[in-house]
Amino acid sequence: MDIVAIQLLNAVQYGLLLFLVASGLTLIFGIMGIINLAHGSFYMLGAYMAFTLSSLTGSLAVAMVLGVVLSVVIGLVLEWTLFSHLYKRDHLEQVLLTYGLILIFEELRSLIVGNDVHGVPVPALFGGSIALVDTMTYPVYRLVMSGVCLAIAAGMYVLIQRTRLGMTIRAGASNREMVGVLGVNVNLVFRIVFALGVALAAFAGMLAAPVSSVYPGMGQQVLIICFVVVVIGGIGSVWGALVASLLIGLVDTFGKVLVPEYAGVAVYLLMAAILLWRPEGLFRRG
Amino acid sequence: MNQRHNALRALAAAVALAFVASPALAQEKVKVGFMLPYTGTFAALGNAITNGFKLAIAEQGGKLGGRDIDYVTVDDESDPAKAPENVNKLIKRDNVDVIVGTVHSGVAMAMAKAAKDNNALLLIPNAGQDEITGPLCAPNIIRTSFSNSSPGYAMGKVAADRGYKTVVTLAWKYAAGDQSVGGFKEAFEKGGGKVVKELSLPFPTVEFQPFLTEIASIKPDAVYVFFAGGGAVKLVKDYDAAGLRKTIPLLGPGFLTDGTLEAQGASAEGLLTTLHYADELDNPKNNAFRAAYKKAYNVEPDVYAMQGYDTGQLLAAGTKAVGGDMKKRDALIKAMQTAKIDSPRGPFSLSKANNPVQDIYLRQVVNKQNKAIGIAIKGYADPAVGCKM
Amino acid sequence: MMRALVLPLGALALVALFPMSGATFYVELTTKIMIMAIFALSLDLLVGWTGLVSFGHAAYFGVGAYTLALLSPKVAAAGLWSSLALAIGVAALCALVVGVFVLRTRGIYFIMVTLAFAQMFYFVFHDTKIGGGSDGRYVNVKPDASIAGFTPFDLDKPVHVYYVVLVVLLLVFAFLQLLLRSPFGRALQGIRANEQRMRALGFPVTHYKLAAFTIAGALAGLAGYLLAAQSGFVNPELVSWHQSGNVLLMVILGGAGTPYGPIVGAFALTMLHELFSTLTRHWQLWLGISIVLIVLFMPGGLAHLMRRVRRGLFGGGRDG
Repeated sequence: MDIVAIQLLNAVQYGLLLFLVASGLTLIFGIMGIINLAHGSFYMLGAYMAFTLSSLTGSLAVAMVLGVVLSVVIGLVLEWTLFSHLYKRDHLEQVLLTYGLILIFEELRSLIVGNDVHGVPVPALFGGSIALVDTMTYPVYRLVMSGVCLAIAAGMYVLIQRTRLGMTIRAGASNREMVGVLGVNVNLVFRIVFALGVALAAFAGMLAAPVSSVYPGMGQQVLIICFVVVVIGGIGSVWGALVASLLIGLVDTFGKVLVPEYAGVAVYLLMAAILLWRPEGLFRRG
Repeated sequence: MNQRHNALRALAAAVALAFVASPALAQEKVKVGFMLPYTGTFAALGNAITNGFKLAIAEQGGKLGGRDIDYVTVDDESDPAKAPENVNKLIKRDNVDVIVGTVHSGVAMAMAKAAKDNNALLLIPNAGQDEITGPLCAPNIIRTSFSNSSPGYAMGKVAADRGYKTVVTLAWKYAAGDQSVGGFKEAFEKGGGKVVKELSLPFPTVEFQPFLTEIASIKPDAVYVFFAGGGAVKLVKDYDAAGLRKTIPLLGPGFLTDGTLEAQGASAEGLLTTLHYADELDNPKNNAFRAAYKKAYNVEPDVYAMQGYDTGQLLAAGTKAVGGDMKKRDALIKAMQTAKIDSPRGPFSLSKANNPVQDIYLRQVVNKQNKAIGIAIKGYADPAVGCKM
Repeated sequence: MMRALVLPLGALALVALFPMSGATFYVELTTKIMIMAIFALSLDLLVGWTGLVSFGHAAYFGVGAYTLALLSPKVAAAGLWSSLALAIGVAALCALVVGVFVLRTRGIYFIMVTLAFAQMFYFVFHDTKIGGGSDGRYVNVKPDASIAGFTPFDLDKPVHVYYVVLVVLLLVFAFLQLLLRSPFGRALQGIRANEQRMRALGFPVTHYKLAAFTIAGALAGLAGYLLAAQSGFVNPELVSWHQSGNVLLMVILGGAGTPYGPIVGAFALTMLHELFSTLTRHWQLWLGISIVLIVLFMPGGLAHLMRRVRRGLFGGGRDG
């Protein structure tokens, strides 16, 4: 039964990481109404930043701080130049434009950093393993990952439920026009939310880099799963994203060892089942 | 005066004739098409093969059969989906004389089919898909590396001989992984052992954690894995980080530790693998090869470089026999099939199915080198099931 | 009316005569483009005419292709007519089942769930024993077209395949044009224009949408079957979301909701792809930039552009 506990740990760790990326996606959807296929590219961006910056500075922690700052800047610039033009467009155009962005980001990465697969060393501080059962030890870093994700989730809760900005975000999610009419600078709020989303995804990539390796295409893999998270959890609901991510983590991890051939399909079956019951997700907002 | 004019005219005519005749003398270049991975998890392997091949050609004077070489390079990205299109371009659009590739078995399968359908000459410096020298075998398809099941088969024998009774396998789910595990299982169960669970994950993902946990819960006598390139690096490191290296022996074909030891570091120390090559093989050709490779490229060669090197040697021997005329296909192939290649790996010859017959060594990682500690199987020839040549 | 047909008929003549050039590589490429055109036409029924943006249409394309691969014996040919009927049938069935689920959603959700269901198919082919896994499967012997001893064409010959695909393309085009002029087709266009109004008028909107979804899926399966027959190879990437994105791009590039748009889009996108990939290894960058520019500045696609050009050249008047 210890092994089940460890698999649970694996599942939760995977789910929490997924939550980090998906929460940004659902916020951007819910608040700004933009479907952004390039969200996975931000995850990849983070991972590659972790690789290049940690090689340059010698420390993953420093790389992460730098990386988050960079991602926020990139997010602000992207929103200002490109995404702000998408609010008025219909979904199809958003889908296609952001699909084009994925291609551009992939090639830019290819040009700047190349196409090789890279490993990022785990910071020495967390490099050890704890013995949890007699045959196997559990890498400390994975526990740290889960901890950091939980901390961020808590931070998001505080931000959204307890701050003025959070209030504006929640209001904007319910009724954008009204908020604008009431005199709030909606454009600024959107820019901040977008940058937040980008930073979350990039940070998740940085956090995951030592564990999942850094390789081309990593962004696209995570993107599709994030879509499933948003569909199951409900657009705009951060709480829904958390619940859905953990559910998916469980199904995926246990699926891999119990029914390896169907692990990939299992997640989608889960989504189909939930769609039958609740077509708009578990916690659809307003 | 007339005489001088005549002489000048004759000279002019001779010069003109020389110009007209020289196109006939200027020979067609030999067009070699590389279809290898230069990006993705197998990029290092693609580069090593190319380097090894070019080293062999350089040692022969930089020409094939006396003719200059035109290289056409395609990055196959280890993507079987793009493979038919990529190889078709080489054959039908670029009209290469010979295709050299590749690493990924799924991609190679597409290449072998295209080569068969179009009677194109294909030299395979790595991909071990069993079918290629099995049901798909053909005179114009020659492999200088191995077939997937062979190193696995050898390790299965070693595992059975060492008294292991239960083994869990873990591999990427594609042709190479399946066949490697299949070869291991055949020999291991023939020797009295049992493969209790076969785990797999999609190529080229590297999230091993749930599987390592599962292995820890099953507690087998040993674990057999198939990974190569970037995936091999990660697996060995993760296996160590999960504390399994000290408790459950990790076995694998040599791809687990070839070209990856620098990145794997201490996590790979002591690992046992089987392969048709080992770094410290003490024969004159290997010593010369390693020295020359290191000098040319500033890195240690690995099995992939060696296979590329032998492919170059083989093609050079074949083209020499036909004076570089790639249209003399039958003679060219016969020359390659009967060539006496001095290979860094030791004794090397081609079976009737155009697959190598070679020794498979048992190796152990000692001080970041794959040291041959014995011969697992001598003169192993893949059974080439289904080949009608 | 005749003026409007000059360009398409001219193009048709060019395409029909092209195999005489003997350039096998390009003949095969054009065959592939025509197959993609059929695929794009099937998607346009949903996107352009019914207003349903499906981002998972590749699922039915792949199902059609895989059905042939699974039906083909290892060393013999499958019967063409029976396997084709089965492929279309299975694709239609899959579209029907998925449609029941996805049509419960709307807007962004619809786009996402169609994508997600296509991913499910992807994993079925990629992970389970049904397909050949990530390596794919081969159609070792092309399907046999004989009926009662008479063999109208031989799929081993690229030129035969070319004309077979051309004929199918023309048939699909004609079928869709007729469908769109029928009461059913008019209802679909009404749904795209204003769903509420159609509902108020008493139309069973969801049933109409489901029917459109199924027909589109069946036609996509047809295209997939042809691709498998032509290339002799199927793999999970046929069902990937890149494939779904690609065909959606073709529809938009050519002009959604126009008769020739998808066909033009298929040619244009493939040409762009070929052009960029011969120029540079980083062709995806240029393709991505092109897509962004097209969406920003040319949302009506090439068809819209053509209309403006034609109006400029031939003067105003009838919209065509």
